[in-house]
Amino acid sequence: MKRHLISAADLSRGDALLILDTAEELASLADRPIKKLPTLRGRTVVNLFFEDSTRTRISFEAAAKRLSADVINFSAKGSSVAKGESLKDTALTLEAMGADAVVIRHSASGAAHRLAGWVRGSVVNAGDGTHEHPTQALLDAFTIRRKLRAASGRGAGLDGIRVTIVGDVLHSRVARSNVLLLSTLGAEVTLAAPPTLLPLAVDTWPCAVSYGLDTELPKSDVVMMLRVQQERMTAAYFPSVREYSRRYGLDAARMARLPDHAIVLHPGPMNRGVEIAAEVADSARSMIVEQVANGVTTRMAVLYLLLGGTEFPEVVS
Amino acid sequence: MGATGYPVAGRDGLAVLDAEEIRRALTRIAHEILERTHGGDEVVLLGIPTRGVPLAHRLAARIGEFEGLEVPCGSLDVTMHRDDLRLRPARALGRTDLPPSGVDGKTVVLVDDVLYSGRTVRAALDALTDLGRPRAVQLAVLVDRGHRELPIRADYVGKNLPTSQREVVHVLLAEVDAQDAVMIGDEGRPS
Repeated sequence: MKRHLISAADLSRGDALLILDTAEELASLADRPIKKLPTLRGRTVVNLFFEDSTRTRISFEAAAKRLSADVINFSAKGSSVAKGESLKDTALTLEAMGADAVVIRHSASGAAHRLAGWVRGSVVNAGDGTHEHPTQALLDAFTIRRKLRAASGRGAGLDGIRVTIVGDVLHSRVARSNVLLLSTLGAEVTLAAPPTLLPLAVDTWPCAVSYGLDTELPKSDVVMMLRVQQERMTAAYFPSVREYSRRYGLDAARMARLPDHAIVLHPGPMNRGVEIAAEVADSARSMIVEQVANGVTTRMAVLYLLLGGTEFPEVVS
Repeated sequence: MGATGYPVAGRDGLAVLDAEEIRRALTRIAHEILERTHGGDEVVLLGIPTRGVPLAHRLAARIGEFEGLEVPCGSLDVTMHRDDLRLRPARALGRTDLPPSGVDGKTVVLVDDVLYSGRTVRAALDALTDLGRPRAVQLAVLVDRGHRELPIRADYVGKNLPTSQREVVHVLLAEVDAQDAVMIGDEGRPS
């Protein structure tokens, strides 16, 4: 594995399976009386969040703490960043404090990549602009494998599993990371979205594209609903929220057209009644709560594999 | 540990125990466990991956044959508790699988293939502490090759094998390596 996790494209199939298999072993920790391992004792993980994201930050924080790492939370609000400090100066400050890993969330695509050039520790991309969010893709793949593959899916990929990703692909780092990772793992990915919410170069992505959702439902093993990101809806991408919801929202009637084994994923936070109806979100097919639990487990696996070994793994491997 | 470069009998050194001798050693250990634990009551066997796990299952089967007693059997991965994690790249985890009855109040017998520095057993004791509170913990190994670096000793030993630190000891088991043998070689491959 590389020293940083910036993009899902950095992961080979072998790397991705190693992370999922490690997560599978770590999952049993949640059922134990002591949910903690001493593995990263003495290591420091910095959560560097320039964008608000309570769930991702808490997830990384829980993951690092369960591995006994020291966690420093740095959020841009009310910090030196608000006073105009640049990303580079912030990075050098963290470097001087001895961060072994920096988990970064930033509104600019490429921020994690830039940071990786400035710090000595590992950089984990927790979402950069509309670019990527690789740990979300890993936890989604882990959730899919646990649910649709035999009880212990160790070593198994997602070969032949059909995944439909629905909604605002254009602004979604979750969609991009998922397309890359899921196709690496052998899944067949289809994007279902209005043309205005698809990126220009989508034909170069390793996936199929459909402008309608209804045709894709009966042949989907997994439906992943993307959040309608109201804060990024700066242009007229669709006529009205109601019309979007009618054509691309997952309601009970659409859910009934899915195969019996199919599951529904959502990266959260949900807009109930927009992209996903409440009765779908609360149904037995919905994996949304599992995704949160699996998020901690998967991030533990990532932190362990990046930090658990020798400090300069690139020398050895 | 990959399939490549793994020793084959006759090529990577000298076989010090063959399949028959391994079988006899395990039979004796099974009897000793029954004696020392007054009939194997409340005993849990936990194998340390990779090769401790099939050994634990063999011991459980042996005890079952002798006493008609079903001994709970599982595995205990110690990777996350090792003290040498930072000396090598992060490695894949083994499986931890506790029997449903758990370990609280039981006599846990840890099972491993080779006892060497004692560091793996130290890690196993730490890992076990996080899983529950056994009444007692004992240690069974197929081979004790000496050179302890910690105050640890085994309660049940299949064979004491005096070695030099330059030598490597490999236990091969049919479940993992398609044959049963204990090999000793003189080349510095990690064991």
